[in-house]
Amino acid sequence: MNPEGLLYSKDHEWIGITGDTGTVGITLHAQEALGDVVYIELPGVGDKFEARKSFGSVESVKAVSELLMPMTGEVIEVNLTIKDKPESLNSDPYGKGWLIRIRIANPAETAALLSAQAYENYIASEA
Amino acid sequence: MRYLPSSEADRKGMLEAIGIESVEQLFAGIPESLRLRRPLDIPHGLTEPELIRFFRGAAGRNATDFTSFLGAGVYRHHIPVVIDALISRSEFYTAYTPYQAEIAQGTLQAIFEFQTYITQLTGLDVANASLYDGSTGLGEAILMAHRITKRNKVLIARSVHPEYRAVVATYARTLGIEIQLIAFTESGRMDAAAIGKAMDETIAAVVVQSPNFFGTIEENAEIASIAHKHGALSIVNVCEAMSLGILKPPQDADIVVGEGQSLGIPMNFGGPHLGFLATRETFVRQMPGRLVGMGEDQQGRRAFVLTLSTREQHIRREKATSNICTNQSLCALMCAIYLATMGPKGLRQIAEQNIQKTHYAVQQIRARTKHSILFSGPRFNEFVILLKEDYASRAPRFMRSHIIPGLHIARFYPELGNSLLVCVTETTSRDQIDALIKGLE
Amino acid sequence: MTKENPRTSSHFQINEPLVFEQGAPGRHAFDLPELDVPAIPVTEILSPVLLRGDVAGMPELGEVDVVRHFTRLSTWNYHIDLGLYPLGSCTMKYNPKINELVARLEGFSTAHPYMPAELSQGALEVQKMLETALAEISGMDAVTLQPAAGAHGELTGILMIRAYHESKGRPRRTVLVPDSAHGTNPASVTISGYEVQNIPSTTHGTVDIARLREIVNDDVAAIMVTNPNTLGIFESDIAEVCEIMHAKGALVYMDGANLNAMMGITRPGDFGIDVLHINLHKTFTTPHGGGGPGSGPVAVKKILEPFLPTPVIALKNGGGYLFDFDRPQSIGKMKAFNGQFGMHVRALCYILANGPDGLKEVSETAVLNANYIRTKLTDAYELPYDSPTLHEVVFSDKLQAQFGVHVGDIGKRLMDYGFHPPTVSFPLIVSGAIMIEPTETESRQELDAFVLAMLSIAKEAEANPELVKSAPHTTRINRVNEAAAARKPVLRWTRE
Repeated sequence: MNPEGLLYSKDHEWIGITGDTGTVGITLHAQEALGDVVYIELPGVGDKFEARKSFGSVESVKAVSELLMPMTGEVIEVNLTIKDKPESLNSDPYGKGWLIRIRIANPAETAALLSAQAYENYIASEA
Repeated sequence: MRYLPSSEADRKGMLEAIGIESVEQLFAGIPESLRLRRPLDIPHGLTEPELIRFFRGAAGRNATDFTSFLGAGVYRHHIPVVIDALISRSEFYTAYTPYQAEIAQGTLQAIFEFQTYITQLTGLDVANASLYDGSTGLGEAILMAHRITKRNKVLIARSVHPEYRAVVATYARTLGIEIQLIAFTESGRMDAAAIGKAMDETIAAVVVQSPNFFGTIEENAEIASIAHKHGALSIVNVCEAMSLGILKPPQDADIVVGEGQSLGIPMNFGGPHLGFLATRETFVRQMPGRLVGMGEDQQGRRAFVLTLSTREQHIRREKATSNICTNQSLCALMCAIYLATMGPKGLRQIAEQNIQKTHYAVQQIRARTKHSILFSGPRFNEFVILLKEDYASRAPRFMRSHIIPGLHIARFYPELGNSLLVCVTETTSRDQIDALIKGLE
Repeated sequence: MTKENPRTSSHFQINEPLVFEQGAPGRHAFDLPELDVPAIPVTEILSPVLLRGDVAGMPELGEVDVVRHFTRLSTWNYHIDLGLYPLGSCTMKYNPKINELVARLEGFSTAHPYMPAELSQGALEVQKMLETALAEISGMDAVTLQPAAGAHGELTGILMIRAYHESKGRPRRTVLVPDSAHGTNPASVTISGYEVQNIPSTTHGTVDIARLREIVNDDVAAIMVTNPNTLGIFESDIAEVCEIMHAKGALVYMDGANLNAMMGITRPGDFGIDVLHINLHKTFTTPHGGGGPGSGPVAVKKILEPFLPTPVIALKNGGGYLFDFDRPQSIGKMKAFNGQFGMHVRALCYILANGPDGLKEVSETAVLNANYIRTKLTDAYELPYDSPTLHEVVFSDKLQAQFGVHVGDIGKRLMDYGFHPPTVSFPLIVSGAIMIEPTETESRQELDAFVLAMLSIAKEAEANPELVKSAPHTTRINRVNEAAAARKPVLRWTRE
């Protein structure tokens, strides 16, 4: 379901942390709610965003969703192949569907994030 | 009332089904203090023969027996009879917006064809399904340039249609977009050097009209190059779309926007007309308005559908590229039928006649009258006469001969004084041109 | 893209080629009269560097080719003359044929907007009569016919509100928009330079008055309301809403899309509205044309009259109308020339055909028809708000969703019963919203047929959900793969 090694935000993003960098994407639940993704708008390398601020957007046919930073950071890498294959966001949200890699500004912000189990509980309570 | 199909018996049955005695009970939720307890003070209902008589009378008080040389953004061209015959089919004119693709393939395919025709005429990659008209289209184009470049200033040629510039000013003012006007030269054309002087990294776009308000054809290549060097967009506005049938489309423009009324749509005292907007593929997601795309249904059959809707107001709401919802769809269909009827050769032939008849008129004015032709630049079907004497002294004579010799443009360009903007199209006969010349002698 | 032999079945199933895939060199459909001035070659008049070759890709067609192509296309469209459009918020009523006749009268269709006023008195009279009638119907003081559609009218109205506040010292910052509003409302706010501030609805679906009192301050320029609202419910507190706003110097804009519910019964001007737009292509039956043209006149109270777009139609001393451009406080021009005149003629014809009694009957019947449908469907579909509704009613797909059938599916299945779907997924405050507005021009028979279809689909959702989820089955094409169309948009034909 939702991989153990990642942390999750209540905005339905995930972050996989290695040292002071993190890989960010959207969760299985998020892509299900969106439907078939048709377009992704991502920031540039070097852009900086605070936690919970929008760093881009993802579109399905009938909806647009803002992408919100799980933690404050600077973009160090952007998944360029996903723009040509937005379907990967649906088929492999935790693997090929990664969106950006960031340099984490404030590691203490992980306190606001959820474990896989806590995230699953959160989704269940929201339903 | 004949448009209300239910009989007394029907209504009674429906009231019973709902469980009430009268329709009045359905309005119980409206406070009595807000109820209108008198009849509306409007004329009493007319029967069909009375309506026809009334409107015939009103239409009769609009002169139809004048020879008109008016252009200035609204043009008199031959309109093939097939257009009205086809758009009078209720399948086209009483249909709703094609949100439900399965039962709207007629509208969707026709608009896809319209979009394609506009890309062919303008030489750009993609066109939308129409905007209200050329003037609001230009407003939208400027907002689009502002979104793309994130800059707040626009250079606009003063030879762009004055009413278009007025509309742009309204759109731009509240978003803090500054408009700087650039003067035209003696030839009537824009001077690329003047634009170069005003260009810098704060400019979102430079706007030129071709043929411009005076009928003069502009060269856009150098202007576009100057814009691009500074990261700005080149926008070309076209009021006389017929010109695209023979003139090279604006070179190197990023957005070509304009008015399609010349292509099969009646003048209608100013509306409804037809705004079109075409741009490069890379800007497609910044385009305002609806877009029809081609795709497939579940069985792999070719199908057309409204697409990239996430740009629009019903999804993006406050972040939409525009607030436009209803557009000019039926007029876009009229344009598509017009272009299908004319074909490339027919369109060219008509455009040629416009040029040739205009040329004849200009030559005759030079040869046989004492007035001069302002602006030496090349023209399509409009030109400006500088009258040797006061327009007011000429005007009564023209009225008596039932001729409207053109538009007196002092109201827009006071420095041009006694100048008339004259338009000659394929519908203007040699006799009519000769009568104009006689009136000017 | 599949290329098929187009004549292996009846016309309904033909994959009609694009116009660009048809025709042949040399075909033509129009003969131009011969040139009657000296035939100087264009290359001697204009430098060849300005000229193009024939427009590439345009097909050459004969008249029969053109007529057949577009006629065949037309047969694939649902349209009002075929049957009911139960589209909430759209007021898809019958388009009287006489409107088409009068709009085409030569004096109107061949009129140039720059003709001298004395030669355009007929057109000016039509516009003035329409302005006067719309002002009376809406209870307002002045009208502009310049805006081209409802959204354009919204922008016009908000710009006038802005000009009003600027004349009082400062424009203010935000406009309140209910969460039930039509998407054009917040979009219009943003384009006029204001910030949208969302205001929630109560559990009855109306504007939350208590909340409104809390958030209105002198930073709020206006509120945009729709009345009856997008749930079809009359905001009975509307007078109070207006008072609360006015007390803080703010103004009230009304989206007039739902005017069909109230003509001759109540008037926006009477309940305190300062400015509203009217959709001529809704209440006043100018035809939808497959998406337009429409027309969005704006009506205002006296306080906003100075800010109307330029020009206004004025009466000359000694009689006759003219355009008055001397309007120093005007917001300027919203559109070149005079608005969608062709639609003005049609709307005036409709108003004159009805008269005061007729218009009142229109609204009464519209409300009767909608409530009849509400009564008949209320057991089969969930009604999220049980407040009384006027000319439209909003159900939800909640009861059907438990079988996996959603509002979109219900709409698609309705096509198999010969109807256009209702408005789906709007307003946003109702999840799985189905908004139904039959209008007054539907007979009881058509309404009963629609009700039967909806009841049948409700049963199918339970007994055979797959049938509904895979609908439509009997239309020319079935569901389009919209995701694929959006990922790699093909927005024009190109020669391969």
